[in-house]
Amino acid sequence: MSLPKELGYTREHEWLRMDGDVATVGITDYAAEKLGDIVFVDLPKVGQQVVAGKVVGEIESTKSVGELFAPASGTITQVNDSVVAAPELVNSDAFGQGWLIKMTIDEAPELLTADEYAAFTGE
Amino acid sequence: MVDSLGDTSRQTPLHSLHEALGASFTDFAGWQMPVRYTSDLAEHHAVRATAGLFDVSHMAEFEVSGAQVGAFLDYAVSSWLSPIELGQAKYALLLNEQGGVIDDLIVYRTGPFQYFVVANAGNREPAWTALKQRAQDFDVELHDVSDQTALLALQGPKAFETLTRVFGLEVGNTPLADLAYYRATPARFEGEPVLIGRTGYTGEDGFELFIDTRFAVALWQALLNAGGPLGVVPAGLACRDTLRLEAGMPLYGHELNAATLPVQAGLGRAVSLVKGDFVGREAVLAGPALGAPVLVGLIGDGKRAPRADYRIFSGDVPVGAITSGALSPTLGYPIAMAYVDADFAESGTGLEVDVRGTRLPVVVADLPFYQRKKK
Repeated sequence: MSLPKELGYTREHEWLRMDGDVATVGITDYAAEKLGDIVFVDLPKVGQQVVAGKVVGEIESTKSVGELFAPASGTITQVNDSVVAAPELVNSDAFGQGWLIKMTIDEAPELLTADEYAAFTGE
Repeated sequence: MVDSLGDTSRQTPLHSLHEALGASFTDFAGWQMPVRYTSDLAEHHAVRATAGLFDVSHMAEFEVSGAQVGAFLDYAVSSWLSPIELGQAKYALLLNEQGGVIDDLIVYRTGPFQYFVVANAGNREPAWTALKQRAQDFDVELHDVSDQTALLALQGPKAFETLTRVFGLEVGNTPLADLAYYRATPARFEGEPVLIGRTGYTGEDGFELFIDTRFAVALWQALLNAGGPLGVVPAGLACRDTLRLEAGMPLYGHELNAATLPVQAGLGRAVSLVKGDFVGREAVLAGPALGAPVLVGLIGDGKRAPRADYRIFSGDVPVGAITSGALSPTLGYPIAMAYVDADFAESGTGLEVDVRGTRLPVVVADLPFYQRKKK
């Protein structure tokens, strides 16, 4: 599995793409694979203020439910409606079309590099 | 969300094939089992549309034989097994004295004085212990053959054609086409004995094949090679669970347990009250307490599935809990099985499920959710 080098990663198996103070957030291929086929995604509302580490959404597969944690405190600016309509995008393109939310970030979180995340998952 | 695999977990004889096929594994009843190869949804749809091949070698198998084998089984389990014909199979419950379920079994008659019992992997020890203990006053012998027996399940509309491509149209003198549902026949694969049963756990036509572990890899490959052009794919435990749920089939530990009577699980038909005494008979006759929970089907709207242990309400009154649930891949809406108080069990009753803090409306529905069209 190749991890995009330009992304930051969390121990909750999420990735962030930083663009100024706005982050695009998704879950990693590894997490999507572990969940299985994703059939339902519940995302926060645009404008919602979120607190780092709190659950802001859910990713459901046929077999289980994964939680989406806010990787930082901030405000949701956009959610990926395509993924709500077609949750399988998270499986097929976790780091691209399968992104979940965009949010402004009050304070940059500490993230793992691709290499560190790979070591963390042992893959 | 990451499954942990203990070092002690066992592997089936097909493990390296599953690895080569790119399977993800899950720990199930102490076994490393393939949970999916590519996509559980794709595998689910393949079983409904063509066929899937499952490795369920973790299941336990016992051989029971002897002059009193029929009388023994009639006493030891719920079903009336002494009169079934050679080659016939029957679903049976192994009950405790309180009428609760120790395990659910499929029992095949393999000889005039011989039966073959298939138990759940997770219940191998309790089932074996109960059967051994109940055998004490009977002239019977029991052998646990689980360790040398592999079990492959070939399930789906293309299962029959695939099987005939490997075994021919006739097995012994029996045309495979004449092998009815819940019937089994001995066969040979490359000279080795195989028991082929027209049984399964998916709601589709299909077969279960028992073979010595040493020949399981060759049989698996032969079935996949023969079935590949017909669309047969390897299928994992994840889709097995959604398939059996759609078919309304109970899973031990979810719909069945040691404190629930067969009638509560809708399995009264698996209990014979006319055959004479058997373990659990008095409790079964006494029946559950008035208003005791009964197993129902539930269907919902949207895409969000009730899952095991979620609580069910009628207004503010708690009336039960989910035992299994999923977004049905075949039907496209949420389905679940649940125990609810008898007063709320009628089809069409509107209830609510607490899905992680959100109340979702559901309606009591008849089981099964899915039934294949019979030819």
